Amino acid sequence: MIELIDTTSSAIAAEFVRARTRAGSPAMGMVMTLVVVVDEDDAEAAMRVARQAAHEHPARVLGVIIGDGRGHGSVDAEVGIGAGWSGETALIRLSGEVTRHPESVVLPLLLPDSPVVAWWPTDAPEDPAADPLGALATRRITDSASATKARTLALQRQCASYTRGNTDLAWTRLTPWRALLAGALDQQHLTVTGALVGAERHNPSADLLAGWLGSRLKVQVERRATDGPGITEVELETRQGPIRLDRPDGRLATFSSPGRPDRPTALRRRDLPALLAEELRRLDEDEVYAEVAEHVLHAQKERA
Amino acid sequence: MTWRNPLRDPRDRRLPRIAGPCGLVLFGVTGDLSRKKLMPAIYDLANRGLLPPGFSLVGFARRDWADQDFAQIVHDSVKEHARTEFREEVWEQLSEGVRFVSGSFDDADAFERLRATVDELDAARGTDGNHAFYLAIPPGSFGTVAQRLKQHGLADAPDGSWRRVVVEKPFGHDLESARELDRALGEVFPEDSIFRIDHYLGKETVQNILAIRFANSIFDPVWNANYVDHVQITMAEDGGIGGRAGYYDGIGAARDVIQNHLLQLMALVAMEEPPAFDADSLRLEKEKLLSSIVLPRRLDLTTARGQYVGGWAGGAKVPGFLEEEGMPAGSTTESYAAVTLHVENRRWAGVPFYLRTGKRLGRRVTEVAVVFKRAPHLPFSAGSTEELTQNAIVIRVQPDEGMTLRFGSKVPGTALEIRDVSMDFAYGGSFTEASPEAYERLILDVLLGDPPLFPRHREVELSWQILDPVLEAWARKGTPDPYPAGTWGPESADAMLERDGRAWRRP
Repeated sequence: MIELIDTTSSAIAAEFVRARTRAGSPAMGMVMTLVVVVDEDDAEAAMRVARQAAHEHPARVLGVIIGDGRGHGSVDAEVGIGAGWSGETALIRLSGEVTRHPESVVLPLLLPDSPVVAWWPTDAPEDPAADPLGALATRRITDSASATKARTLALQRQCASYTRGNTDLAWTRLTPWRALLAGALDQQHLTVTGALVGAERHNPSADLLAGWLGSRLKVQVERRATDGPGITEVELETRQGPIRLDRPDGRLATFSSPGRPDRPTALRRRDLPALLAEELRRLDEDEVYAEVAEHVLHAQKERA
Repeated sequence: MTWRNPLRDPRDRRLPRIAGPCGLVLFGVTGDLSRKKLMPAIYDLANRGLLPPGFSLVGFARRDWADQDFAQIVHDSVKEHARTEFREEVWEQLSEGVRFVSGSFDDADAFERLRATVDELDAARGTDGNHAFYLAIPPGSFGTVAQRLKQHGLADAPDGSWRRVVVEKPFGHDLESARELDRALGEVFPEDSIFRIDHYLGKETVQNILAIRFANSIFDPVWNANYVDHVQITMAEDGGIGGRAGYYDGIGAARDVIQNHLLQLMALVAMEEPPAFDADSLRLEKEKLLSSIVLPRRLDLTTARGQYVGGWAGGAKVPGFLEEEGMPAGSTTESYAAVTLHVENRRWAGVPFYLRTGKRLGRRVTEVAVVFKRAPHLPFSAGSTEELTQNAIVIRVQPDEGMTLRFGSKVPGTALEIRDVSMDFAYGGSFTEASPEAYERLILDVLLGDPPLFPRHREVELSWQILDPVLEAWARKGTPDPYPAGTWGPESADAMLERDGRAWRRP
């Protein structure tokens, strides 16, 4: 890692080239730029997750810490290329006036032509697409479940400001659940008459799962509060009996369906690098998420 | 009215395809293939959430084991060889469905017990009558096992379910024996229930050949005889035959590798664009290409074969082919084979394809090199282009998966000196970390009933038709030429290309 104090984007870019040459391999195999917008306290952990995800998707990872906006503007950076992984990283700290223009620092550092992804590991802007850094990105990843402020409203706000390219890790967490439920109906062609999702009281993923089931199956979905961890049960009611997934311990679920024996199914809660890697695999618009976001908003309005 | 699953949406591409309820019956559980590849691949599939709840694995072998003993074998092989992290809950899901049936291939009682086990799984695990039989056993036993499966009603699928059989290469040792094998399996299973595994076709880099050729516009215009000088397809191994003398003697490099892997690679590199990417279109194009392959007239001048002799390879002292344990003295089986093939169609007329494979070569590598003609006119002095050879696109299949483009560039600091440089795309950097082992993909495809990556019997027969005259010519006359272990093959192979004014690339 090379520390650059009171620096500029072009100095950071030059350091990237120098670091690659020093490592003896001037070739670039990177497929995207990943901009991580984070607080000082969470920066180290977030950069670690980004690096792990970059194993699968070699990326230039730019961590951006927007500091105190008072006083004279200053840009400091730690620049390095990965030891043990294929990519580059810069952790950039902004303070003073420049905190209001972070895009001016990031824009010159984007890799040519390739996709740009912005990720807010904790608190995200209310409208990520309108955010100056979010506007640079083609993919904007938020995580309503790890918001620290206004937690109960986080998902609501992300759904309301949905723009093509937005996605939320609370949605990513659902993929294995959704795959099993869709698989269940592939096997038994049953008509679902009602549904239930049981989870911790505050759990954006459970809200999205209820939204998905509601929008796809056109049935009322009951939301039951349990002690967790995370989502603990899903039930689809059919005239032949219930299709159920029970996961009391956050790792092993029991799958039951009408007329079939109960079967254990591994369904572990996934860690952040795995979620981020899944998110980076497809960078086109997620239309299904868009519909679910709308459904969640609509359901909220009706309740209000 | 056809049923539409309301939870499925073609736009929802996050959702993986999970196989329906089913089980796998594994014959030959004690072999290397089962322990090092199949069992770990099954675990990795389960870990990725791609196996159905209730998936069951039945082992069949002549061992005095209980279910738990077999489960322990699977557990150990998974722990040692699985690609993904070992997780207790995944193992719990899998292990509940592990069963073992003890018996030999001609033991009627054992197959009756197998039938009872399969029925029990349908009831207790909900496998719904869907079972695949994986024959990881010598091809000589395929017929016996297939007949037994038929006699005990295991090959007949109850209504609405399926029975499939999976076999590994070698698919015979010549055209005649391949046909016999097909008859043995074909009497019991319909052709679309027979899955022949060529694990090379499950590799991401091999599938990528099609992506590179048909998703880009910059390669297609030069992918023909107007620009291509010749193509070299190499599969080299640095290891010897080890303890496999019994299998290898009488088979040899050409039957073991050229007939299946290399001809399949050649088909993918040379075939025309299929109208769609479904199984039938792909196979049709491959069959078309294979049926337009012809051998040169003088096989003695256009093929080469060899046997390694003892020496030093990679810093270790290694025995020669004939000194390997269990190898009969005077064996004329080749450990190195090279052939020249021509394709009689408009795209490739006049472009030779050189295929080579061998054991104890310089290093382990599989690649396809498309070598281009020299520029028709060079406006430089002869001296300045002395070190410029031919442009080439190299598709590196393994290891170090990726692609290399070789072209001429000016050497900095000289007046005008032009030399070859390489531009690399390393798959290893982009995308591979999570790329599944070939067997994962292929086993999942068997369970899903998705056949594009499995060669059909017509392809197998065409491949033998190409190779049989070479094998016959070799059997009639001469013996393999010796080559020192750890080198790039016998001199006769170099001479074979020199006659055409070309040289093998050092891969």
